[in-house]
Amino acid sequence: MTTIAAPTFEWLQLAPVLTVLLAACIGIGIEALAPRRWRFLAQVVLFEVGIGVAFVFLVLSWLQPTNNLGLMAMGSISLDGPSYLMWGSLLVFALLSMLVFAERDLNNGATAFAASAASVPGSAAEAEAALARHEHSEVFPLALFSLTGMMVFVAANDLLTAFVALEVMSLPLYLLSGMARRRRLLSQEAALKYFLLGALSSAFFLFGIALTYGFSGSFDYGRISDAIADPVYGRGLLYTGMAFLAIGLLFKIGAVPFHNWVPDVYVGAPTPVTGFMAICTKLAAVGATVRVFYVALGGERWSWQPLLAVIAVVTMGVGVVIALTQTDMKRLLAYSSISHAGFILVAVVGATAGVTGQVNSFGSILFYLVAYGFATVGAFAIVTMVRDQAGEVHEISGWAGLGRKSPLLAGIFAILMLSFAGIPLTGGFIGKWAVFSAAWRGGYSWLVLAAVAFSLVAAYVYLRVIVTMFFSEPAEGVVVGKASGMTWVPVALGAFVSAYLGLFPGPLLDLVTSASTFLR
Amino acid sequence: MTFPWLTFLGLVPLIGAAVLCLPVKQIARGVGMVFALATVAVGIGVTVLSVGGADLAERAPWIPAFGAWWALDLDGMSLVMVLLTVVLVPVVLLAEWRLPGRGRWTPQAFVALVLALESMSVFVFLAQDVLLFYLFFEATLIPMYFLIGGFGGPRRSYAAVKFLLFSLAGGLVMLASVIGLYATSVQLTGTPTYLLDELMKLQIDPTLARWLMLGFLFAFVVKAPMVPVHTWLPTAAEEATPGTSVLLVGVLDKIGTFGMIKFCLWLFPEASTWIAPAMVVLALISILYGAVAAIGSKNLLRLVAYTSISHFGFMVLGIYTFTSTGISGSIFYMVNHGFSTAALFLVIGFLISRRGSAVVTDFGGVQKVAPVLTGVFLMAGLSGLALPGMSSFVSEFMVLAGSWSRQPGVAAVAVIGTVLAAVYILRMYQRTMTGPVTDDVARTFTTDATAREKWVAAPVLAVILLLGFVPNLALTVIEPVAQTTMSHVGVTDPVAPLGEEAK
Repeated sequence: MTTIAAPTFEWLQLAPVLTVLLAACIGIGIEALAPRRWRFLAQVVLFEVGIGVAFVFLVLSWLQPTNNLGLMAMGSISLDGPSYLMWGSLLVFALLSMLVFAERDLNNGATAFAASAASVPGSAAEAEAALARHEHSEVFPLALFSLTGMMVFVAANDLLTAFVALEVMSLPLYLLSGMARRRRLLSQEAALKYFLLGALSSAFFLFGIALTYGFSGSFDYGRISDAIADPVYGRGLLYTGMAFLAIGLLFKIGAVPFHNWVPDVYVGAPTPVTGFMAICTKLAAVGATVRVFYVALGGERWSWQPLLAVIAVVTMGVGVVIALTQTDMKRLLAYSSISHAGFILVAVVGATAGVTGQVNSFGSILFYLVAYGFATVGAFAIVTMVRDQAGEVHEISGWAGLGRKSPLLAGIFAILMLSFAGIPLTGGFIGKWAVFSAAWRGGYSWLVLAAVAFSLVAAYVYLRVIVTMFFSEPAEGVVVGKASGMTWVPVALGAFVSAYLGLFPGPLLDLVTSASTFLR
Repeated sequence: MTFPWLTFLGLVPLIGAAVLCLPVKQIARGVGMVFALATVAVGIGVTVLSVGGADLAERAPWIPAFGAWWALDLDGMSLVMVLLTVVLVPVVLLAEWRLPGRGRWTPQAFVALVLALESMSVFVFLAQDVLLFYLFFEATLIPMYFLIGGFGGPRRSYAAVKFLLFSLAGGLVMLASVIGLYATSVQLTGTPTYLLDELMKLQIDPTLARWLMLGFLFAFVVKAPMVPVHTWLPTAAEEATPGTSVLLVGVLDKIGTFGMIKFCLWLFPEASTWIAPAMVVLALISILYGAVAAIGSKNLLRLVAYTSISHFGFMVLGIYTFTSTGISGSIFYMVNHGFSTAALFLVIGFLISRRGSAVVTDFGGVQKVAPVLTGVFLMAGLSGLALPGMSSFVSEFMVLAGSWSRQPGVAAVAVIGTVLAAVYILRMYQRTMTGPVTDDVARTFTTDATAREKWVAAPVLAVILLLGFVPNLALTVIEPVAQTTMSHVGVTDPVAPLGEEAK
């Protein structure tokens, strides 16, 4: 008779995820129980404290690596160096981008979210809600739920956990995308598009899971890897499963040809949410992709490397070339985010393993994401600050002469653009250097040459923005809104870290390269 | 731990740039000048120490994972380039003292950007680590971009973008090589390193070495502008203020020829001899094309830019004919060209500030209304055409003598460039300075050279004459570098074949 073992769960080690989840649940409680006028303040304090406490737990268990590395929660979560690093960066970026959620000074005392998202745009109900100064403070718990999903997604050690995490991460994002205060129809359209395409990609991912299970007889990354080394069935199932898994993951990363949702959703979603998605979703999706491909499918790398190399080239190419023609700042940043996905894939393709004191693929990817993340958080926060009568100004022509209206803000935006472009003395340059060298050492020097060529086009994209800001006559009626610290903290930190990482990347590089071994 | 003199030298102007970010408005120029002169003082101090035999090398780990070091050192070539940079900056600041501001592009911003550029250029010349060099090589683009784009003629924005895109294209190709060098060093030694002297010891696979060298060379060819990737320079020089052009052509473009010696020749000696014939041909094309284009230029600033392309051809010729005379001549040429072009650009700047136009045909008969300015202009021009007595003569002669001893035919073609130089300089002088005084010139040239303008011209012309009569001041520090380069590349000076009578 078989005994059913009681499930084990490492509460202490998983405390960072649980804290975020708990904070999200308390947030729901606040929505249900607290009086309306206290909710906003309570939610803001709650998410700040929640993420802060989660970070403290993370650091505490990181400092005792002997007890706290390994498979947790019955093998469904792998707590290894990469998990810790990605959790840490997710927490930091979530905190920074959620601060922008809480900005109320820019919009006459209201947030960037609709007063009543359920009311029909332009209806009396909407006007009434706006007049009564209602607001959706649910956005904070929603984002926290999404963050929980992201944290589990990057650390998942079996495909089912990964799938559940993927959905937990995505569903709140669909909702958040549809809650813009201005241009509501656009926002709702974006949410619907995101939802439909997201559901489709999830279906692909699920189908991939089924096929891979068919090949290996397990969901566990380690077992899949073993099955590849010693296959029982033909590889047809595996290849199909691998392709479907890749589609699901690349969709979330925003790689071409699965990128079409990115510009529409980035433009339609409230700008603070776009910032949150642009970095946190990307980080989580890249993290999960790297884990699936390196840990579970590492034995098959000869078959996926060439394919991913092609996708990397196409992604960079489409991203930068289409970004050239954009006239809308958010769309430009969306295409730029697509091209960055391509640059990251360059390192994924390289698949260089870790050797102490040298740059490897995972380390370079994470460094790139951190550098990109700080620039992104700052850039989207600045987008919320450039305004006219009707709200944020997204046309690039409206940004003309910003350097004359607010040299400080335009200067910061220029630094962020330079970091995006990968100009030396910014974190973006070191990130580019790292991902390129990982690819070169993995034997993909031709990919590096292609990436270098696209970097030049990308540089022109960002340069155009700088030219518009500094060398054009100021646009009429556009002002830089007076924002509170909620917006200024991410902006200032984004600029500072972008410059700091360009000058002193050593400590962070050592950290990300030293803790880059995946456990399974 | 000795005092880090070289870092200090680079930091002084950077601190100045930082101070100028404070709202000091009225005294901005003065503050900038103080920092520029302080840098000159430190530069002279460093020179004295270095010539006195002190070891100024600095080395500290910077990015261990990349094998990158904060490594600075001073050899003869970097010493003269650093001196050129630090001397030109206060001259430029003085020359642009009356620069009109435009909106946020205030004179204060100009001074701050010039100082930031100075700091980065100094570090470029001092870097002994390939990644550090690359970093500052690219970083110089940013202040220069804003200098062109913020303080220039009507098409300044276009010129700035063109400049930046050309330079970035070169830089990014070089980046691929820099990364390749990292991968190679890991592969060959097991630990990454970017230190120049470590990399020089590597036995890189010849085919790979050629590819890597081409990456570096492409960046330097764009930088030093050689035909056919030179088109950004005339545009930039035409639109930028003369002070900016001095720094662009006098200092920044020298990084191209400097880099050819320090990185292409030192790191990839075999590959450099392999590419030499192609480079010699490119150099000859640049010499002749630049000279002809200068003769045909209607704009004074454009004209000077084209003469520089011709001069850069001479420098490259000296480098790639591999003689110790030629390489010494090239390095010396870099210095002399810096000063003579500075003189030309600045005096043309004075002319433009009066006439309000840079078009050659808008001038005429200036020598009657402004004799002192005309004299300075003539001196600068003669230095540009390498008249004996001027420092540029010595270097041009050395380059030609060097290439003659290796390939007489090449030298014969290059000599045509010196003849054309006389044509473009003297024709320019004739058309602007001599002849009847036109009405517009008579109306606009109300003053001859002011005291400030004399103070700008005096030090530059003094250096030109000093080095013309006592070239050994510079050559004694330059020649060892040329010798080392030669022995590293593994070539010796050709022995002149003995004539029949000698037998």
